[in-house]
Amino acid sequence: MGRITLEKVQKKFGETEVIPPLDLTIEDGEFVVFVGPSGCGKSTLLRLIAGLEDVSGGDIKIDGTPATDLPPAKRRLAMVFQSYALYPHMTVRKNIAFPLKMAGMDEAEKTRRVERAAEVLNLTNFLDRRPGQLSGGQRQRVAIGRAIVREPAAFLFDEPLSNLDAALRVGMRLEISELHERLKTTMIYVTHDQVEAMTMADKIVVLRAGHIEQVGSPLDLYRTPRNRFVAEFIGSPKMNVIDGEEAAHRDAHAIGIRPEHIDVGEGQWEGRVGVSEHLGSDTLFHVHDTGLADVITVRAPGEVNYKSGDAIRLSPQTDKIHRFDDKGLRIA
Amino acid sequence: MARAVSNSVKARNTAIAWIIAILIFFPILWTILTSFKTEGTAIADPPVFLFFDWTLENYATVQDRSDYFGHFMNSVIISVGSTVIGLAIAIPAAWAMAFVPGRQTKNVLMWMLSTKMLPPVGVLVPIYLIFRDWGLLDTRIGLVIVLTLINLPIIVWMLYTYFREIPTDILEAARMDGATLRSEVVHVLLPMAVPGIASTLLLNIILAWNEAFWTLNLVAANAAPLTAFIASYSSPEGLFYAKLSAASTMAIAPILIMGWFSQKQLVRGLTFGAVK
Repeated sequence: MGRITLEKVQKKFGETEVIPPLDLTIEDGEFVVFVGPSGCGKSTLLRLIAGLEDVSGGDIKIDGTPATDLPPAKRRLAMVFQSYALYPHMTVRKNIAFPLKMAGMDEAEKTRRVERAAEVLNLTNFLDRRPGQLSGGQRQRVAIGRAIVREPAAFLFDEPLSNLDAALRVGMRLEISELHERLKTTMIYVTHDQVEAMTMADKIVVLRAGHIEQVGSPLDLYRTPRNRFVAEFIGSPKMNVIDGEEAAHRDAHAIGIRPEHIDVGEGQWEGRVGVSEHLGSDTLFHVHDTGLADVITVRAPGEVNYKSGDAIRLSPQTDKIHRFDDKGLRIA
Repeated sequence: MARAVSNSVKARNTAIAWIIAILIFFPILWTILTSFKTEGTAIADPPVFLFFDWTLENYATVQDRSDYFGHFMNSVIISVGSTVIGLAIAIPAAWAMAFVPGRQTKNVLMWMLSTKMLPPVGVLVPIYLIFRDWGLLDTRIGLVIVLTLINLPIIVWMLYTYFREIPTDILEAARMDGATLRSEVVHVLLPMAVPGIASTLLLNIILAWNEAFWTLNLVAANAAPLTAFIASYSSPEGLFYAKLSAASTMAIAPILIMGWFSQKQLVRGLTFGAVK
């Protein structure tokens, strides 16, 4: 079980309020991603849940039991750090067995669990090596191994993939998702990368300056962002936001349209192609001089050929236009 | 990239380095040589360098006249004892200052260091009186206490610098893994800090071994370490250079040998934090 409830949880560093009182419920077995730009408080929030930081106010409950005053060791949570934080003086086997040793588990059970974790994570051949002799991806697996052997109530991941190169990151992302499928344990995952958030999460929590901007499934956030911040943060390339006359015309202060929701070829919008990026599956155009915004980004499926400087006509899919009021909130 | 250094410059630098090294080492070499001379040759003018009748007589006399082994054991007990107790106090202190610093941590560290700037003679009388009233004069335990206290700031500083290089993440990981504070220190922090602790230990043994002010002022006979053993040859019957040199050689030999074998560790200990 791993249901985590935050009630009016607040964090201050001295006079500075990093996280204003905040409520959040994470259901048992859920994969929740905290996402937001750097400095938004997502890591702090994770550390509050872990118990590595003390809350300045409010309550944290794990499976209904108050955990606010429990030390990290007593919260039944396991954490994977960005730096992996392996014990450099211990072999992989001892690293993975460390939490079991701390729990006073008997030798036979310890060996059984370590070997099973190693098998799941493809680490069997590396058990007697030290972290210094492993690659980044292998180290990350050891860190995950150390977390899973304890069978915790929930896993906490603090930007675990940031130190890996792009190809490895995609692979590990998949491995973590598969691990979640298999274990069905609650996972809380912190990242600044919205692609990671979109691909892995059951539920995304978008944070800005310690505030929760929106909570929802990846597609909820993509389809119905509550405000401009979420609209622009979720989705890649990011949503085009247009204000002025075009927005007023649609009874809004600003309108947003995603690059993939603009058709190329004909339509009422006209501009000049700047840079085009050919991805093979798609082509991205950066269109200038539309009179709508500095740049309008367009994603056209397949290979579409426009040269820099060419005139281009665009037409937004009207049912995909998001409207925002003067406070940046969504107009239904 | 390494700078290109011409051979002549290299040769010149090597020569200068050797000259400086020999100048620094010369007094020690002279002491060792003198210890093998007769008292007459020792004060000969002009001095004799290598060509004299080598004799072990001084060592025999020194061994006869005073209990070298007793003094040696006192030195070992006092220097090792004060260093071990110092470490036991300094490890938790340095842990707290490195990993849970407060607003005053820097000031506390500076204050501790400032006590090393105080001339010891300034507090000799009060400490002497306290030792007299508590019956600590001329006891090993008394010297262990005083040497622990005077070297504690250095031990704390060295460990603090070393602990600061250990990533906090790793200690937090231990906490998440269910480690109590004690297991966190014993199973994670200390093993990672072994090189730093080892060099701190070595340096402090050397400092305590060589300490002469307190050892000479607070002991007479029973607890006298090797420093007192050397000093006993400089007075009161006048100077006997050869015997004094033999005593000095015997006193510095153990620490010199220890230092020689652990020089790698010592250099690392003294330069840590300088280069990441």
